Amino acid sequence: MKQRLLIVEPSELIIEGLKSILEGQIRFKVLEPEMNADQLAKRVLASRPDIVLINPTLPVDFAKLQGEHHLALVALVYQYVEREALKNFDAVVDIRDSRAVIIETLAQASPGEADAGKGSYELTKRETAVLIQLAQGKTNKEIADALNVSVHTVISHRKNITHKTGIKSVAGLTVYAMLNNLIDESSLL
Amino acid sequence: MKNNAKSRLFAGESRLSDLIVAHPSLLPLPARLGIHLGFGDRSIAEVCEDNGVDTGFFLLISNVYTFNNYIPSTATILGTDMTGLVPYLEKSHRYYVDKRLPHIERHLDAIASNLRGRIGHVFIGFFKEYKQEVVDHFLHEERDVFPHIRALMAGQQDTTYSIGEFLQTHSDIEGKLDDLLNIVFKYLPPQVDDDNVMDVVDDILRLSEDLKKHTFIEEKIMVPLVRHLEKAILS
Repeated sequence: MKQRLLIVEPSELIIEGLKSILEGQIRFKVLEPEMNADQLAKRVLASRPDIVLINPTLPVDFAKLQGEHHLALVALVYQYVEREALKNFDAVVDIRDSRAVIIETLAQASPGEADAGKGSYELTKRETAVLIQLAQGKTNKEIADALNVSVHTVISHRKNITHKTGIKSVAGLTVYAMLNNLIDESSLL
Repeated sequence: MKNNAKSRLFAGESRLSDLIVAHPSLLPLPARLGIHLGFGDRSIAEVCEDNGVDTGFFLLISNVYTFNNYIPSTATILGTDMTGLVPYLEKSHRYYVDKRLPHIERHLDAIASNLRGRIGHVFIGFFKEYKQEVVDHFLHEERDVFPHIRALMAGQQDTTYSIGEFLQTHSDIEGKLDDLLNIVFKYLPPQVDDDNVMDVVDDILRLSEDLKKHTFIEEKIMVPLVRHLEKAILS
């Protein structure tokens, strides 16, 4: 399944650059870009994107957007942005990133990645990162801060981890992480 | 349809042995109700009478254990002699804590001894933590809930506890068994000898099913009964 990608960006230059990078990528379907952030809520309802790539300094309520829709939010940054401003994002693309890094970052952030057929029961890098933090006894909030994503995103990753492994409790996931050599014995209390 | 479903339920005239042969998961039930094995070819009603167990109560529990969709109506619950309920639940607790969990633990100990480093320790630690949760869960019921029911059944007003509190705090005790199951047969490194793993998977599955029914009996039979008794005593 192709991931529907919506670019929200006022600069035509950046839009065209991104389109050219993503052109021919079978993993994404690039939707008609939105240049006006005011229209975002309407556009999300109408085009149902899986991924929204957006400048985090635009006047948008990102927490609300992510709370109400099942989508991955990826920040598109031109310059240094306060960590705090990135907390609701699942991933960050810097315009100075290479073509390969941009594509990989978007692919990793895709919410549908879990269902992408082959190897679908393997944990993604993000899920593994969440699992490791969980096993170290971190709370959802602490994990969100450490990984620079929203609590909502952490919860969504936890659901996927449980769906894939069949293990619900943190204690059980800790045993799982250890058996899979994801955590070191010494990192446990 | 309703009649059909009902006619499938067991009746007192059935041979107890037929019941158990048809539904082996019922095997631990007689002991919990104070009936020893070796009842020969006698009917359920006969065996119950010999052992001072109410046939209606025996059938109610057996039917719940056997038919997943069967939820007894309040009329059925109130029309059944429920004096055996609390002793039954207490015996079930003892069976889980004194027999099944230690049995599973022995298998897990054997498995853990083959795991390298501290992994075995963490693995067993997970089970011990679960076991303690189950023990605490039962202890709460035995200390707070069961005396409340006994008092109500004896016709005494007991305002120190209300069954509403029970439902609010009644937690699921089977969930972690599913976690254990997944860990044991999917994620443990391949063992030299799979027998222990297969045995313990079998044991965990059976205990998990048993605990689900136990929770069901508490929530769908015990709770409506106590609600009724609480109201009846007040009026």
